[in-house]
Amino acid sequence: MSQNKRVASQNRRSQLVLDEDDEGSLTQPSVSQVQRARENFTPVQVDRKVAEVVQFILIKDQKKIPIRRPDIVKHVIKEYRTLYQDIMKRVDRTFEQVFGLKLVEIDSKNHIYILTNKLEQSREEPISMCPANPKTGLLFVILGVIFMKGGSVKETLVWNTLKKLRVDVGEKHEEFGDGKKIITDEFVRQKYLEYVRIPHTEPLEYEFRWGQRAESEVSKLKMLQFIAELHDQEPQSWTQQYREATSAENNPR
Amino acid sequence: MSRPMGDSHKRFLQTMMSNGIISSVQAKALHRHCCETHGAHFSPDRLEEFIDVINTNLQPMFMHIRKGTSEEDGAQHYALVNMAETDITRMSSDYADNELELFRKTMDLILDSENGTASSTDLLNCADRLQTKKMKKKETEHVLNKFVQDKWLNEKQGEYTLSTRCIIEMEQYIRTVYQDLIRLCHVCQNIVLQGQICENPECGIKMHYHCVARYFKGRTDPHCPSCSDFWAHEIPEIQPESQNQSSSARDVAAPTPSTSATRRSRRS
Ligand SMILES: [Zn+2]
Ligand SMILES: [Zn+2]
Repeated sequence: MSQNKRVASQNRRSQLVLDEDDEGSLTQPSVSQVQRARENFTPVQVDRKVAEVVQFILIKDQKKIPIRRPDIVKHVIKEYRTLYQDIMKRVDRTFEQVFGLKLVEIDSKNHIYILTNKLEQSREEPISMCPANPKTGLLFVILGVIFMKGGSVKETLVWNTLKKLRVDVGEKHEEFGDGKKIITDEFVRQKYLEYVRIPHTEPLEYEFRWGQRAESEVSKLKMLQFIAELHDQEPQSWTQQYREATSAENNPR
Repeated sequence: MSRPMGDSHKRFLQTMMSNGIISSVQAKALHRHCCETHGAHFSPDRLEEFIDVINTNLQPMFMHIRKGTSEEDGAQHYALVNMAETDITRMSSDYADNELELFRKTMDLILDSENGTASSTDLLNCADRLQTKKMKKKETEHVLNKFVQDKWLNEKQGEYTLSTRCIIEMEQYIRTVYQDLIRLCHVCQNIVLQGQICENPECGIKMHYHCVARYFKGRTDPHCPSCSDFWAHEIPEIQPESQNQSSSARDVAAPTPSTSATRRSRRS
């Protein structure tokens, strides 16, 4: 395992060097270059490339790995790179029109993308349809705590809240194993959560915030309505949260 | 131009993507759910048409929702198939090289067996002789478990079989690689791994359990449809469709392994 990791990090390093090259030639193509490329490749070839990019992104997304533009170029687009814009425009369209998904750039400096769902979440989905995923519940609870506490919470508060729900992150949970690892590693990698050090704390303290995927996929209004239901109250009774949730709803990303 | 996808189609497809395979009973429920959620017109007998719209739109992506039959109970299923990769490379993004080698070996054993199964003892032996990287007992059990959770294999009392999903997705591959070994069911003409074989050595035709059940239904004196010899096996009962929901619901609700656990399932 550790050997795998070492190899992976070496790959990443050598990839970085390559990526810079890829980036360089990516931003360059002139109008005439693009036109020549359009003539050089047949529509069928370009169709095939679009399909390959879609599949590549879907596979990454299944593992909730953010997708880097240099990876798309290096592993899939390759010699079609002058047509990058053309291809990606069609990839975007395919995701929206066929899959109900949207490719969102979450980091415009490093060109990192994630797929988000354009369809409303529906809680009444026939239960058997969605593998009962205990992690989903865990994530939902944490996002809820953060949202109700105004956007960021110290990690100790999260651990204590979970303890009240009989999830002790210090122990191996029978359903999702190492809870702390899932929360601080998996959810963070998947961009559902941010886990950051609070400056000037001794001993070290960390806090949680919503990650970018959560921001674009999870409806704050739905979450508030859910929490309100639990407390048998109206969502409006949390003035600040209600204001934030409704304004987020009116300004979709 | 093909009929565009509505949100109901997209939701159906998303659920297919997170589950890989669903039974036709579930597909019917999902069809209804998707139409109702998006206020689309719902007619229960139009499931095939509904899926055709999705398939037409999926075609440029080399993906397809394909129908197939479970060897265990004869129930119809729908699987999302990747047409660009119809062999084991289909699994390569989820498994290490030695895990893929173990899967290949498992397929070899299953295809080479009379009853379409491979025992865990044989698989453990295989794992000990992998060329890429040997596996210890514990690791092997873990990997086999992962194959089951990812719905590539089924397991019953230490006997492994190819799952419905695996047969639907890799049919072409199986037909090509194992063309000398595969048997076609005398009744439905599909590949048959688990089934009954005519005892007459001159004949030896094979039939799925569910095909046997349907073929001999109500006959007290069963004879081979090919050689007319006495059919010397116990005739299985026909499984009503409502009954097989329990087994396929278990399939879908099975805990997903780490790689696929976070598929769109969270949008429940
Ligand atoms: Zn048959
Ligand atoms: Zn016979």
